[in-house]
Amino acid sequence: MLHNVTEVSAESLRDTIAARFPQGYRFITLTCVDGGATWELLYHFDRNYELSHVRVRVPKGAVVPSISGIYACAALVENEVQDLFGVTFEGLTVNYERRFMLAVEAPLAPMVRTPVAQAAARAGEMRM
Amino acid sequence: MNNATTSTPRRTVIPFGPQHPVLPEPLHLRLVLEDEKVVEAQPAVGYIHRGIEKLAEVKDFQQNVFLLEHVCGICSFIHALAYCQGIEELMGVEVPARARYLRVVWSELNRLHSHLLWLGLLADAFGFESLFMQIWRARERVLDLEEQTAGARIMLSTCTIGGVRRDLSAEQVGQVLRGLDELEREFDMFVPVVIKDATVKERLCGVGVLTQRQAQELGAVGPVARASGIARDLRVTGYAAYGELGVNPVIETDGDCYARTLVRVRELYQSLLLLRKALRHMPDSPIAVAVKGKPEGEVVMRVEQPRGEVMYYLKANGTATLERVRVRTPTFANLPALLAILPGCELADVPVITLSIDPCVSCTER
Amino acid sequence: MIFPFLKTLFLSLRRGPATRRYPRVVRTPFPGTRGHLVNDAGKCIFCGVCARRCPAGALVVTRTPAHWTLDPYRCIVCGYCVEVCPKKSLRMEPWHRRESGGARGQG
Repeated sequence: MLHNVTEVSAESLRDTIAARFPQGYRFITLTCVDGGATWELLYHFDRNYELSHVRVRVPKGAVVPSISGIYACAALVENEVQDLFGVTFEGLTVNYERRFMLAVEAPLAPMVRTPVAQAAARAGEMRM
Repeated sequence: MNNATTSTPRRTVIPFGPQHPVLPEPLHLRLVLEDEKVVEAQPAVGYIHRGIEKLAEVKDFQQNVFLLEHVCGICSFIHALAYCQGIEELMGVEVPARARYLRVVWSELNRLHSHLLWLGLLADAFGFESLFMQIWRARERVLDLEEQTAGARIMLSTCTIGGVRRDLSAEQVGQVLRGLDELEREFDMFVPVVIKDATVKERLCGVGVLTQRQAQELGAVGPVARASGIARDLRVTGYAAYGELGVNPVIETDGDCYARTLVRVRELYQSLLLLRKALRHMPDSPIAVAVKGKPEGEVVMRVEQPRGEVMYYLKANGTATLERVRVRTPTFANLPALLAILPGCELADVPVITLSIDPCVSCTER
Repeated sequence: MIFPFLKTLFLSLRRGPATRRYPRVVRTPFPGTRGHLVNDAGKCIFCGVCARRCPAGALVVTRTPAHWTLDPYRCIVCGYCVEVCPKKSLRMEPWHRRESGGARGQG
């Protein structure tokens, strides 16, 4: 029951979000969902109490463009997703190198259900 | 002498927290200083990451109500409320009127208790010990009211999917109303000190200014945004019984620590007003409806916490466990604002400025 | 700004301290407070519903031998088990458990 969802590709993500910034959209947060072979990233926005979302699906292991250059406040949450899911963001303004939310001795990417290697194998099967 | 003024001053790095006398929360800031001026601040969290989002994928959707309540030790009820409203929207459950009013009652008691806690800590941070104790005595009354009505001081555990788990008798309603009158008398005694005292103003006025534009761009929420002139209060959207009760956001325009204090102080009185209205106009109806079936679909639910907007993203797949539970707490949204106002301030003001966003780190890290 | 506090001072002198001399003076909980969980073993049928629904995994129930155990360190005192118990053998008592004794052994 999500309304106002715009599906975009990873390449056009930055442009879509850069277009929203001057229109007065407030960036709420970024949600990452483990979709098996892909990462599902949902960017939530608010304008006058109305929610809208931008959804990007990227294959696991691919690099996602960071939007922290557009919305400065996105840097923290991108670091969090990088920690908990192991998604790599390209162009992060502040990069904690996977040590933002997790301690040095903590396991890497604890929120992942299907590890990247398995996801790649599954994607290979699908292609065959 | 000339040399010293032209060369760049030496930079010092000071770790602020995670153990700091004024902050009970383990927030760590890496402060880069030039003399006594902060030029850069970098946060480090992760001292109390508990993995609640992960655990919420293991527990079933009914148990999650109690789990998610433990995200925050201050606004516990409101976390459960956000989650329950999300599941109710997924399952198409209509909550009875009395339950909606009771939800407002406990939400506002949570807000009173949270703002009093913060106000006390603020008094402590600028070294006004006796004021801190006066405020916390008033807070104790709120905790008593919570225990009287919900059966616990902090973890109310009264919200459930489809309504609430406890009803208030007419006698209890009277007790709470009398308690609120007493509270108001206590407020009237310490509030003038907080907002008029010259020493207090000296520490707060003009310190840590967040402009309206910054607040908008950095996505600040709650009292931090409202103190910078942004009328953003999700109670306006009318969830629970707020629609019937009517809420006007409390706004200040200065954007400094004093404005943030004023917003919270005025919200104390606003909460009293809402509580009285909700208790006096509580309709008669069952307090919960039976919920059958399993949730399915995606939903985003937002409600207003004492610290600002909390966002829940829930993804369910028709089984008892949820596929994803995402919590974006208000402090997480206010951290960028804090990092924006720290550069340029004096080291001695850092504790008060940090406290002025009301950081709740256990919320932030979940 | 001394005057508002002068009033508070006189009031406080009249009312006395807001704190108690715990453990000599113990605060009486309100009726209906969720203090600790009690099982009326006579009514319990050891069905295990409470253990399955407990959000904290604090309960262990076995049918044979008939055993009902509560791990007080895990219990979050939410009262969900009381709500789901089919025989209403579980109930919440208002008094909190004493602090675990350590050297004094009052566990």
